[in-house]
Amino acid sequence: MKLFTEIGRYLLMIKGMFSRPENMKMYWKEFMHQCSEIGFGSLGIVAIISVFIGAVSTIQTAYQLVTPLIPLSTIAQIVRDTVILEFAPTLVCIVLAGVVGSKIASELGNMRVSEQIDALEIMGINTKAYLVMPKIVASLVMIPLLVIFSMVLGILGGRMAGSAAGILSVTTFDKGLLQEFVPYNVFFALAKAYTFSFIISSVPAYYGYYVKGGALEIGQSSTKAVVTSCILLLFADYVLSALLL
Amino acid sequence: MIEFKNIRKSFDGRTVIDNASAEMKAGQCNLIIGASGSGKTVLMKCMVGLFEPDQGEILYSGQNFTAMNNKERTVIRKEIGMLFQGSALFDSMSVQRNIMFPLNMFTDWSYKKKTDRVNEVLERVNLKDTNKKFPSELSGGMKKRVGIARAIVLNPKYLFCDEPNSGLDPITSLLIDKLIKEITVEYNITTVVNTHDMNSVMEIGNYILYMHKGKKEWEGSNKEIIFSKNHLLNEFIFASDFLKDAKEMRMLEETGKIPNLRNADDRIGHSSPSEPS
Ligand SMILES: Nc1ncnc2c1ncn2[C@@H]1O[C@H](COP(=O)(O)OP(=O)(O)O)[C@@H](O)[C@H]1O
Ligand SMILES: [Mg+2]
Repeated sequence: MKLFTEIGRYLLMIKGMFSRPENMKMYWKEFMHQCSEIGFGSLGIVAIISVFIGAVSTIQTAYQLVTPLIPLSTIAQIVRDTVILEFAPTLVCIVLAGVVGSKIASELGNMRVSEQIDALEIMGINTKAYLVMPKIVASLVMIPLLVIFSMVLGILGGRMAGSAAGILSVTTFDKGLLQEFVPYNVFFALAKAYTFSFIISSVPAYYGYYVKGGALEIGQSSTKAVVTSCILLLFADYVLSALLL
Repeated sequence: MIEFKNIRKSFDGRTVIDNASAEMKAGQCNLIIGASGSGKTVLMKCMVGLFEPDQGEILYSGQNFTAMNNKERTVIRKEIGMLFQGSALFDSMSVQRNIMFPLNMFTDWSYKKKTDRVNEVLERVNLKDTNKKFPSELSGGMKKRVGIARAIVLNPKYLFCDEPNSGLDPITSLLIDKLIKEITVEYNITTVVNTHDMNSVMEIGNYILYMHKGKKEWEGSNKEIIFSKNHLLNEFIFASDFLKDAKEMRMLEETGKIPNLRNADDRIGHSSPSEPS
């Protein structure tokens, strides 16, 4: 029962975001601010995990492929596909659920508890539209870009690790990269990225926007926000894989 | 003028405001007083539309605010300024941007005109040259003053202050009270102040509404309040033993049972200043 009221309230929040901006310029400014917070704010962590994941998957794939019957270039092909299909979209988004999600939840939670949201409402500003929507739209714009960035860096990381560990040369790796490339995989990865972006921005926004109490509750709700968005993200990953692959 | 009629509000089946009605007059400080938890904040938030009352209506200069849709309310809201208990300054913005925020949102003034207006209100609240400071660098009293400045920057017709003195020392409290009073008279605003501070009541209370457990218990002016025979109100005003004694002495003095104490005190103070009795 409580679950249904929560889902109802979540949907009402989403519906409430769509209203005419009181002042387009201010909304645009807020949107750009969120883009830089979400996009550039997470660039470092995304770069680091992508390079390492690519590197590790090259080494582990090579370790598992022991028969000499399979050409070495296949390693590159496997690394490419796993990075594009799963690691870049899902893993990066799980990390971002922690980084971006907790930021959104605690920022809105703090604004709620310290009555800043009330102060905006008093001025006649629709806070769902002014505070929540720019965060979700900025996520929808920036997170898929981060995922593409992560794909590129992941593959580069694999390429580097392959030659550094003496598993396969850069030329062999590059040859493998072009083997049986399926563009649909990139489309699928982006479909996931958009879905996940929506989840990891709107769910924390919901938890933050409706927080009640004080500093303690802000922490609790941002933890809940991250856990819930991770679970929903994995569930969506499963559903999308079942539907689209 | 703001009127509210038969306001009722409950949370999860618990009634917090029970059938309250009153009239807040223009150009005056209207005070809502009562103990912590008596429902002052909830009543105020019902008046400004942050909470929807379960029953009753709120009228702004005769217009029924309760019956309005969001779009119509926005028109009234632009005439409302509010100072929140914790000041509610946007902590990611400097003082200047905090105060400029309503101007940015609702006017198409030039930057110069907006800055001038910001400086004007900052000066009004005696906070010149704090434009670049951030809320985290301000003291409690300064935050309240910035909150007031932000609330009046669009020249509101209605000003709401929730516990403007909470967390302030007595002297700063007095300054804030005086500021609210001056602004109210100067701009002919309908001001509503929530407080449990008796100093403010005596200082600025043109009209006082006493709330007890969500019910309107008493109303009147600061001239009437100390002579009130309302038992609950008396308990609230004369909560401290010191004040209780003071009241008793007054009554004794008035009924002529003891000689005029004030003059007697003066004499004692005069003859032996180092040994107060
Ligand atoms: N959002 C809310 N949800 C549930 N109960 C609330 C809410 N806000 C206030 N209350 C309850 O209403 C009562 C009155 O609170 P309030 O108006 O804040 O008192 P005060 O007179 O100190 O301002 C309190 O018992 C409080 O617990
Ligand atoms: Mg209160």
